[in-house]
Amino acid sequence: MNTEVLPVEDDEIVKSNKPSPWVRLAKNTSVRVGGFLFSIILLMSLFASLLTPLDPTDINPSNRLKPPGYEGTLRDNDGNKYQVTARMGTDTLGRDIYARVVYGARISLIVGIAVALISVAVGTFIGLVAGYFRWVDAIVMRFMDGLMAIPAILLAISLVALSGASLTAVIIAISVPEIPRVVRLVRSIVLSIREEPYVEAAISVGTPTYLILWRHVLPNTISPLIVQGTFICGSAILLEAILSFLGVGIPPETPTWGNIMAEGRDFFQIYPHAIFFPGIFLSLTVLAINMLGDGLRDTLDPRMEGKF
Amino acid sequence: MNDPRTVLDIKGLTVRLPKDSDRENAIEDISFCVNAGEIVCVVGESGSGKSVTAQTVMGLNPPDQLTPTAGSILLNGDEILNIPQPMLRKLRGERMAMIFQEPMTALNPVIRVGDQIAEMLEIHTDMSVSERNARVIEVMEDVNLPDAPSMAKSYPHQLSGGQRQRIMIAIALALEPDLLIADEPTTALDVTTQAQILDLIKDIQRRHGTAVLFITHDFGVVAQIADKVVVMRNGQMVEQGTMDHMLHHSIEPYTRMLISSVPPLIPPKRALMTKGKPILSTQSLVKTYGAKGWFGKGRVVHAAKRVELEVRRGETLGVVGESGSGKSTVARCIVRLINPNGGEILIDGKDIAGLSQKALRPVRKDVQIVFQDPYRSLNPRRSVGKSIVEGPMNFGVSKTAAFKRARDLMEVVGLSPNALDRYPHQFSGGQRQRICIARALAMEPDVLIADEAVSALDVSVQAQVLELLDQVRKDFDLAMLFITHDLRVAAQICDRIMVMKLGEVVEQGPTASVYANPQHEYTRILLDAAPGRDVDFTAGVSAVR
Repeated sequence: MNTEVLPVEDDEIVKSNKPSPWVRLAKNTSVRVGGFLFSIILLMSLFASLLTPLDPTDINPSNRLKPPGYEGTLRDNDGNKYQVTARMGTDTLGRDIYARVVYGARISLIVGIAVALISVAVGTFIGLVAGYFRWVDAIVMRFMDGLMAIPAILLAISLVALSGASLTAVIIAISVPEIPRVVRLVRSIVLSIREEPYVEAAISVGTPTYLILWRHVLPNTISPLIVQGTFICGSAILLEAILSFLGVGIPPETPTWGNIMAEGRDFFQIYPHAIFFPGIFLSLTVLAINMLGDGLRDTLDPRMEGKF
Repeated sequence: MNDPRTVLDIKGLTVRLPKDSDRENAIEDISFCVNAGEIVCVVGESGSGKSVTAQTVMGLNPPDQLTPTAGSILLNGDEILNIPQPMLRKLRGERMAMIFQEPMTALNPVIRVGDQIAEMLEIHTDMSVSERNARVIEVMEDVNLPDAPSMAKSYPHQLSGGQRQRIMIAIALALEPDLLIADEPTTALDVTTQAQILDLIKDIQRRHGTAVLFITHDFGVVAQIADKVVVMRNGQMVEQGTMDHMLHHSIEPYTRMLISSVPPLIPPKRALMTKGKPILSTQSLVKTYGAKGWFGKGRVVHAAKRVELEVRRGETLGVVGESGSGKSTVARCIVRLINPNGGEILIDGKDIAGLSQKALRPVRKDVQIVFQDPYRSLNPRRSVGKSIVEGPMNFGVSKTAAFKRARDLMEVVGLSPNALDRYPHQFSGGQRQRICIARALAMEPDVLIADEAVSALDVSVQAQVLELLDQVRKDFDLAMLFITHDLRVAAQICDRIMVMKLGEVVEQGPTASVYANPQHEYTRILLDAAPGRDVDFTAGVSAVR
């Protein structure tokens, strides 16, 4: 017991050799491929007007149901004729499918990202409160269980049917069934973190509850939520397409991938291109987002560490 | 020890760590041997490579991460390092067996313990079912398990920690291996259970002539059972020799430091505080768990039964007891991390037992706690400076003033003030515990509770943190409640001792008189169970000096 208390100098402090999360992310193949595909689609939606001079909602009855590569003439407002190529053909109303697909990426990404943000934000709030306050938990979680029992697509259809078809209605309708999943995730993290000694230490130094949640609990939920968010984004894009395809989503004149496919459904056997092209883009987008999510989970989730 | 046959012979063993680690090799040039009928203790602090050594012998290292690069391991004269897995699998169990630290997780929870023992026989022998069952009962009786036939039919969760560890030993011994490797087998157990398991291992080794390789960090345990000792530090062998040599004649400074870090069981003389009003006291404090269930009454656990204690300023009250004795429950009730079911908690005369969370906040600063696990007591995402100033800033201290005080406190706890903007992972366990003490002191509390605050630390670091706790108690005139399972530690720091068993206080009194003349049977059992109690750890050191 005759040990001296010595000050710790800088060189005595343990150095960590673990690469930072950003370095590990940049090394992950799934993140690279997914991120590359996703940024192409993002750029495509942002610069849609540079990629095609045509208006995706312009109806041209004389050019109905043309195959890909069809060259037709159009007249602008001043009466001048000019040549256009329908790279992906035209639909039953003579609208250019290429233009509709390129502009449709906007709607898909808006829906995907908005749903991910809304459901994560709302779900995190409810999950934090439910996980930390036990009496809230009993009530809120029963409600969430009930919500989870209804299939997402049915719930979305009925919500859109109630409020009328619009972009906002679709975003809300898709977000609602995703919220319970986020709540469950956040709640389970909160339940384990609230038992950590550092949270108890914060309680014993008199930190108010909202600050405990904000400083000590919330940061632990971020990486699982980034992962969950990407998966929600992917499934929201799919769900939007399904709703549009079923005719209960965004109004049919708005170019969305689901709407284009719904439009081409009747002539699928003769003119498959109307479904083929938007379908390809839809699958690529969802694939890109899911790969990104997989890669994020592999790098950010500590339980997956060392498995690859 | 009539039979000098060498069972295990390790020569120049070197195991490489993965590339990004803090050192190149996990262990470097380790050489020692274990003879039949001999217990060899490998002792060292965390990170010394003692477990890696044991796992390399068993061939249990993760293959991509720990690669043996040099040396040889001979089992009964046959090379077993880097032999193919099928050959190794045959050796495991038959000629060498291992028991682990955690008896809770080392057994499969969904298989009856008897079947888990029989599994060994099924794989390695061609015994019939009835022969196997008979052998299972035989080995269970061999490890002194009562009523073996019925216990063989129970599941692990139905057994106590000590019984599970006996089952583990029974599994290891079922095939009468030549070598038994025990990796910290008693660290997770209570002292009284630890004493029984140590006796058992020694007894088995004597009866069967098994060679035992025993890994531990505790020199008390070493003194109790070892024939030969190997001291390791940072992957290197410091020295090896007989127990007697180590205790009395070693000249290696590291060995001597390890030995002298074992706190003696004899409390030093301390002036007893009798003056002054108690700053902290409890009156018939009651905490019960699991009283109400949804369907009728659930199982009720009385974690604290009418606990009464008193601590004055500048005084340390030690609360000792085994796991489940309710000592931590009392601490957590006093800090009001859990709500007591009844009784009074008086802080400077004010009862806080029934206060609402809101009314409690102003009182929180008076009572501070330091937890056991230094790796979980600091938020890994906040710099230690932010962790320290959090409390004072909650009570309206300005940021600059709080940080100025944090810098002073870092010096008080023996750390460089410049380290405030570093994160917890950049500190060692002992350093983190110092930071936790600084965080508690930042609140300028009247009462400091140390809940097993030194239990997770290496012995050498433990001594320093104890010293620090005692120092701050003196300098800040704190009332300290020191909770521990370790009677040696309690002897060094406590003015008075309170012994708890199953939620009840069985004995209370000045440390010196409780140790010298225990009144309660349970206190006597606890004192007798302290490992190496007959060995004077200061003797050898002074002899060399």
